Amino acid sequence: MSALTFPPPPVSLEAEALRSEVRAFLATELADFPAERRMESWSGFDAAFSRKLGQRGWIGLTFPTEYGGHGRTALERYVVIEELLAAGAPVVGHWIADRQSGPSILRFGSEAQKRFFIPRIVAGECFFCIGMSEPNSGSDLASVRTRATKVEGGWHINGTKLWTSQAHFSHYMILFCRSSGTPEDRQNGTSQFLVDLKTTKGLSIRPVHALTGEHHFNEIVFQDAFVPDDALLGEEGQGWHQVTSELAYERSGPERFLSSFILLVETLRVLGAHPSERAAIAIGRLGAHLVTLRRLSRSVAGMLQAGENPATQAALVKDLGALLEQEIPDIARSLVAVDPPTPEIARFARVLDYTTQHAPSFSLRGGTREILRGIIARGLGLR
Amino acid sequence: MAPADALALLRVAGRHALPLPLAETMLATWLLAAAGIAMPEGPLTVTAAPGLVLSRDGAKWHLAGTAMGVAWGGDAAGVVVLAEVDGAPHVALVSGGYTIAEHRNIAREPRNTLVFDTVPDAVAPSPLSALDLRAAGAATRALMIAGALERITAMTTQYALDRTQFGRPIGRFQAVQHSLATLAAQTAAALAAGDIAAEAVGEGVDLLAIAAAKSRAAEAAGIGAALAHQIHGAIGFTYEHSLHYFTKRLHAWREEYGGEPEWNERLGRHLAAAGADALWPTLTAI
Repeated sequence: MSALTFPPPPVSLEAEALRSEVRAFLATELADFPAERRMESWSGFDAAFSRKLGQRGWIGLTFPTEYGGHGRTALERYVVIEELLAAGAPVVGHWIADRQSGPSILRFGSEAQKRFFIPRIVAGECFFCIGMSEPNSGSDLASVRTRATKVEGGWHINGTKLWTSQAHFSHYMILFCRSSGTPEDRQNGTSQFLVDLKTTKGLSIRPVHALTGEHHFNEIVFQDAFVPDDALLGEEGQGWHQVTSELAYERSGPERFLSSFILLVETLRVLGAHPSERAAIAIGRLGAHLVTLRRLSRSVAGMLQAGENPATQAALVKDLGALLEQEIPDIARSLVAVDPPTPEIARFARVLDYTTQHAPSFSLRGGTREILRGIIARGLGLR
Repeated sequence: MAPADALALLRVAGRHALPLPLAETMLATWLLAAAGIAMPEGPLTVTAAPGLVLSRDGAKWHLAGTAMGVAWGGDAAGVVVLAEVDGAPHVALVSGGYTIAEHRNIAREPRNTLVFDTVPDAVAPSPLSALDLRAAGAATRALMIAGALERITAMTTQYALDRTQFGRPIGRFQAVQHSLATLAAQTAAALAAGDIAAEAVGEGVDLLAIAAAKSRAAEAAGIGAALAHQIHGAIGFTYEHSLHYFTKRLHAWREEYGGEPEWNERLGRHLAAAGADALWPTLTAI
């Protein structure tokens, strides 16, 4: 498979039927949900909303029914998540669990772990965060220093995780750390652990406020934090293999090009039904980019469904998607003047300001632009 | 063969800079079939130039006027003309009785000026309009652009592996790798655009899908050609190196049947008219 192979996205009538259901649900559920909340996109948190989605059967759609999942296709899941994102629904509570923690547990977890975690995730009552980055291990994940040391009946964890989004309301973290050897061993000797953030003793969670003043990130310090043997996910020493297999899920979804979508909606609202020629051209161009990105992203969903590992294609989607997400605030401000303000313009400006402030993160989180381009270069045979 | 499968051949044609009127013959036969006119043998070309006048005197049809930019106009066995008669589109098949002036686009592909004063072989009302033809033409160019971008991505990657400076292949330098990654990303976008375009032509055309596809492919063409030249350095700027066969076509094809402003405005006006709250349903329907 060449790096530029993007098969046509599978056609799914079931998925389109599901789309109507989700739209109707969101129209009612979010009828009074303002643009100032929708703009938070998949950073918006509402535990009750996550639970409602669980009750509707829209979390863990692809998880097998024997563990309480819904046994549906990747394309059906795709439709649900893109509808949630397009509406600006507050989904971050269950987002990581649905996207990658659940699939990792299903792929590498023990029978007991699957039986314990999957039904809780599917119910929208068990939230996960990602324990990968550290103070000195950002893009260079293989240099992690956090360490699990074998003790009687379990492991002692020592070290610090950083930039851990949503750890403060998550129930569990999938921790990636060293379980043998030294940081010089790089990828070797790493493992993953399911860490209970609510009951584990010896860990502390401290907020790291973003430049907006918001609390998304956390620093988590482990000091002889004890986790039992059954917290090990998969095989000891196989952490790198396991963690990298999550990345195609993490990088190719619609959240990689829809983070600024609500700003585009609000821009269109201010421009009205008869925009200037300049504005119509700019809006049409963004529409064309969205339509093509959506095709690429759905194609990757089809490849994941078929059991392939489209790591390069996922990196291509995320690189293109971040460029678009970052362009939208620039284009919006070029089309709508925010000074002098009116009540309508002030509302638009709040969405513009929020999106502008968050835009730098779009090409950092989930793999920086530089890392992604390195992955693409490897896919082209240059590395 | 389904229209989408036939159109997909144009991606292959673009990949090889095929010097034949394949797209034009497809467009011409598409118009003829829709109008119920039998297809002649041999390659065809097509035009809906605004200067052409199709008129009837009793049972006898006449075609007069000048059409510029007719692709492969000197190489086709016949020309399929789309013109309005009393406000209704009609298709005329013409196999002679016109003069041909030499003209070429920047890629040196024939784009002739034809002067008609002739009796067409056949005329029939057309269910397809000039706008439909422009859109179908734009779809052909989106696919050809996708193919040419695939080719220059492969050529440029190979060049970066072969060309050594400072003691190593230039493709080992991170700056060059990132430029190539950007070229690949633009090519991926154009491939998706090409696929969308291929599915958008059938008995009629899906104007919005083609608007998105042609505009995105055309944007990728410009960015991609510039990156391919940058990585090839001076040799890629010479006539003897084959890179220009593709980059000049990219520059020509992104304009033919409408560039980004035309198609973006069409799509943008539609999105604006549908309104902010209908933006997402409108995009997902494309």
